[in-house]
Amino acid sequence: MSREGHDREPQLPKSVGITNGKAWIFGDNINTDIIIPFRFKSRTNDPYEMAKYAMYGYDPDFHKKISSGDVIVAGRNFGGGSSREQAPVALKYAGISAVIAESFARIFYRNSFSIGLPALEVPGIKGKVNQGDDLSIDISKFIVQNLRTRETFQCQVVPKFMRDMLMEGGLVEYYKKYKQFPWTHM
Amino acid sequence: MRQQQTQQDDSQIKYILDNKSLTFAEKLINVKSVERVNENINTLSMAGDIAIVSVDLAMAQDSTGPLAIRALNEMGIDKIYDPSKVLLVIDHTFPAADEKVANLHKLIRDFALKHNCMLVEGSISHQHILEYLAAPGMMILGADSHTCQAGSIGSFATGVGSTEIAAVWATGQLWLKVPETIKVKLSGNFHRGVFARDLILHYIGEVGEDGANYKSLEWKYSNDYVKKQFSMDSRACISNASMECGAKISIFPVDEITKKYLEENPRIDQNNNNTTNNTNNNNIQRRIDIQSGNSAQYKEEVEIQLEEIEPQVSGPDNVDKVHSVDELANLEIDQAFIGSSTNGRIEDLEVAARILKGRKVHKNIRCVVTPASVKVYEEAIRRGYVEIYLESGAVFTNATCGACVGTHLGALGEYEICISSSSRNFVGRMGALSSKVYLASPATVASSAIEGRIADPRRYLQSS
Repeated sequence: MSREGHDREPQLPKSVGITNGKAWIFGDNINTDIIIPFRFKSRTNDPYEMAKYAMYGYDPDFHKKISSGDVIVAGRNFGGGSSREQAPVALKYAGISAVIAESFARIFYRNSFSIGLPALEVPGIKGKVNQGDDLSIDISKFIVQNLRTRETFQCQVVPKFMRDMLMEGGLVEYYKKYKQFPWTHM
Repeated sequence: MRQQQTQQDDSQIKYILDNKSLTFAEKLINVKSVERVNENINTLSMAGDIAIVSVDLAMAQDSTGPLAIRALNEMGIDKIYDPSKVLLVIDHTFPAADEKVANLHKLIRDFALKHNCMLVEGSISHQHILEYLAAPGMMILGADSHTCQAGSIGSFATGVGSTEIAAVWATGQLWLKVPETIKVKLSGNFHRGVFARDLILHYIGEVGEDGANYKSLEWKYSNDYVKKQFSMDSRACISNASMECGAKISIFPVDEITKKYLEENPRIDQNNNNTTNNTNNNNIQRRIDIQSGNSAQYKEEVEIQLEEIEPQVSGPDNVDKVHSVDELANLEIDQAFIGSSTNGRIEDLEVAARILKGRKVHKNIRCVVTPASVKVYEEAIRRGYVEIYLESGAVFTNATCGACVGTHLGALGEYEICISSSSRNFVGRMGALSSKVYLASPATVASSAIEGRIADPRRYLQSS
């Protein structure tokens, strides 16, 4: 996506291959109103503007505190509530490289793949990662490693067409490259 | 082997509908499947399978449409597959509250006009779909989580994101995973002062915010007397609020109450915007009454005794934090909000008017009443409810999502407390992060408005 009227182009983390980042720990039921409140997301169509409100309901300054490539590690039902695609978009454009959770709410999960934010379901991750731990994520293999403990986690595997969409950076990028949608050749 | 077809023919549909081992979700997805990845043409998709379905209606609203339009533009797609199946609704912040919103509304309006899509302004999308468009057996996708409301009329209706809805606009199709099904059987009678909203809050309190995540909820009645307690408005409330426990769809059986509603509220011909009762018109999807087979496999079966439910209050911060009204009675409030797609229908406005009639809203608080649609708005005027609200000191607004999403017409300031019939009580949902929202039925909200604190509606509904 192109930026609109910003002086500084934030660096987007890569969503392919291996990525490293520090963990930010969250609990269960982090809903989309926490991720980006309606009154902000409904007043812009610019992803970099949305990024300024990433996790606003948890900490309005969250976007300033994270570094590009950082990872969210959460409990159950991450992204519950509204269908707002601005939720994964805000996280991605704030610099979050992946969200790892015990489980995801249905629409947030679909949206993350659609916009190219790796949403990795890892049952049992809770308690295995501390705030600030360095994580290494191999998106192509759906594997997460905690570099502090050296423990490796296998993420829930998704159908190939969803992986393909993610590896291309989302549905828009996929379509631009192949001129068709990934599920049309499952 | 790949099976591809443009649509199922009549014999295939009959074969699917007659199958006794399929749930509602399995039947409807099979009927709508354009492609399956199966070994054998006779193999049907079951829970857990992925199918590509043809979509009868694809909706986006003023806070999800702009991203969908952006996605289409970035993909370089300038052609809508079938504009008669595309609905754009300006409802969340209608009329525009400021310049930023106005510009996004303009983007949607221009897009709808350019592509000759359906455009609705000033009714909440889910209520408009229920009143004019949804029919049993339709496949409805919306870039709004509460799209599942149309399960009340027997549609497979669920929420997706903006980019996915853009893909549907471009192709008429999308992939769906066939959901597992939870069957909820309802028995007994509601006590006075207890409503559909109390039932669904009670259920969410039992199962939690992800209790039905990815699943289909099928509501059943133990007998005809139970069924008669569930008007279309009540069913719409339950199907809508089922999203708060993650349900993908929330389905009520099509019965004489559904059919009467369809007769009284004729569907619009999506091609020329005329109302019609012609069920054979291809553009109004064939109304297929789909019921689960007798030997369908449910993930879970539960029964709820209606008389065991008391007026419920949910919150703050999570919808599954559910209490009986006594536990929170006397909590002082700053605002009472009656409205939203969850509880802004005429049945809701009626009970609020009954309670507020001849009484005053407490001097320390605001009471805001917002109808869910223009049709509900007009009916409230016709029945004299608006006069009752104004005499009581309440504010009556135009139809919009408004206060429910804290965008205008009733946002909350720091540390303010609101009791609301709207959909969610999440942190900062209606305004300041320090504000708190409690959810309840319109009767409980109206009673609380009078007392200035959370109040039991039963004391105001003695005579009914």
